[in-house]
Amino acid sequence: MSGLALDLLLQAIPVGFVMFVVLNFGGLLTWVERKQSAVMQDRIGANRASIFGIRILGLLHPLADALKMLTKEDFTPAHADRLMFKLAPFVSVFFGLAAFASIPFGDTLRILGREIQLQAVTLNVGILYVLAMISLGVYGLMMAGWASANNYALLGGQRAAALMISAEVAIGASIMGVVMVYGSLNMQDIARGQGQPLLPQLFGNWIPAWGVLTQPAAFILFLTAGIASTKRIPFDTPEGESEIIGYFVEYSGMKFGMFAMADFLETVVIAGMTTALFLGGWQVPYLQASGFVFPWGASVALPHLAVVGLQVVSFLTKVVVMIWFLMLIRWTLPRFRYDQAMRLGWLALFPLSVLNILVTALVLLAVGKA
Amino acid sequence: MASYQTGNVPADPRHSSRLGLRQRFYVVEVLVGLALTAKHFFANLWGHTLRVVFRSKTARGAVTIQYPDERRPYSPRLRSLHRLVRREDGSPRCVACMMCETVCPAHCIYIVATEHPNPEIEKVPERFDIDLGKCVFCGYCVEACPEDAIRMDTGILEFSAYDRQSMVYTKDTLLALEPAGPNGVPTSRVPIAPLRRPE
Repeated sequence: MSGLALDLLLQAIPVGFVMFVVLNFGGLLTWVERKQSAVMQDRIGANRASIFGIRILGLLHPLADALKMLTKEDFTPAHADRLMFKLAPFVSVFFGLAAFASIPFGDTLRILGREIQLQAVTLNVGILYVLAMISLGVYGLMMAGWASANNYALLGGQRAAALMISAEVAIGASIMGVVMVYGSLNMQDIARGQGQPLLPQLFGNWIPAWGVLTQPAAFILFLTAGIASTKRIPFDTPEGESEIIGYFVEYSGMKFGMFAMADFLETVVIAGMTTALFLGGWQVPYLQASGFVFPWGASVALPHLAVVGLQVVSFLTKVVVMIWFLMLIRWTLPRFRYDQAMRLGWLALFPLSVLNILVTALVLLAVGKA
Repeated sequence: MASYQTGNVPADPRHSSRLGLRQRFYVVEVLVGLALTAKHFFANLWGHTLRVVFRSKTARGAVTIQYPDERRPYSPRLRSLHRLVRREDGSPRCVACMMCETVCPAHCIYIVATEHPNPEIEKVPERFDIDLGKCVFCGYCVEACPEDAIRMDTGILEFSAYDRQSMVYTKDTLLALEPAGPNGVPTSRVPIAPLRRPE
């Protein structure tokens, strides 16, 4: 096998892994949403879909959903812009999928004499890339709202655009603090930086410098703005399925399913972003490249593959916990009114993010890192 | 500069819907709410785990009653589908006195009387139809009956049909029904006449 082919094959590992994980998480989230909301509300949740009497906790419901969506009538309104109308759901899903590409899920993997970065795309401006993809996702919604030739859809698309702008500004501004602390826009570098000890002169090696500890305010601000950018409850003014309806009124069948899917993909992306930036990414506490090195002096040597495996498992666990938390929020809080969401974005999240940048800069100056 | 109302804030500072600083800060209140729902989540998850993994009979993770498979116990006073009580020889106890037909506020009972072969017994219904599409389940027919010949204790509530004619239950059907068992569980099947099948 030639070197180039091997390189390509090895590079396909992280890409394939990201596609596999994100798509499957996105699909499973329909089940998680049903079941978690049910358990939170003392219900049982969807459990009736079965193949030959096998129900496996309702896990077949996503399959039944897909089957139903695929077999429904695929309706296009008479006066719709046909090309834009058909393109919009694909745009939504595509950017949701693409956003995960530069989120690292493990450290460097050394295999067959080569070094692979465990992220689908190694980018020096990884954060900007994710932000760009999340922002581009709103084009799908605006296209859907515009192309449907329906005033309610248009209003929904407009709400989506307004919400997205107020959320994006806060997302970008809140991340800046993290970037300043770890000194890089490369998400892999940020994840590595979170393995360093926090304030070693005070705590020794006991506490890793995870983003949630170095930037607690940015964590809350980013999470809030991130939830807004997934446009799910409590920020679901663009959709409001139950009454105000939104940009996808005119969509049916699998196209509607793709919009729903895009929401779940964005949830996965926001969970991955939060994990990578604030929860130490793929870091396992006290796990270094050679194995565990505990602050009380003990150490356990581990082979390279075991270390990388632990890192990937750690990343996935954190993502799952974050998804659970996002779902908890989605099923606990009521929806913000449109003006309340705007006020929160522009008058709370954005100024506080800027304030966070200022304070971070001052602290860094005092500590002498900058 | 135009001023606009940004919320429903009453002018009276003592009004209960005025938000304090903690509520206005919002994050604390959100965490309180999340703690409440998370508590339910973990308590129920623990209940499900006990039930599924450790086969506990008493643990419950949900208040759901999975209706067609599970029923909540019906009260013994429940008025369900009527049945005609039989004599020991299987003939109806009904003597076709027309009391129930007379008292029925919905006019849903139709009786045709005929002679009973036994001279001790006055009459017997030749036809006894109840149109359940009209019945209001008031139970007056049961109250009115001097012979205790009609009862509403079958526990059957799920009778439906594809057309109005199929909602008319006739004498033979009503005679064949049995009283409900313990907890009001029906012991006879929902009668489905040939006419009651979908076209």
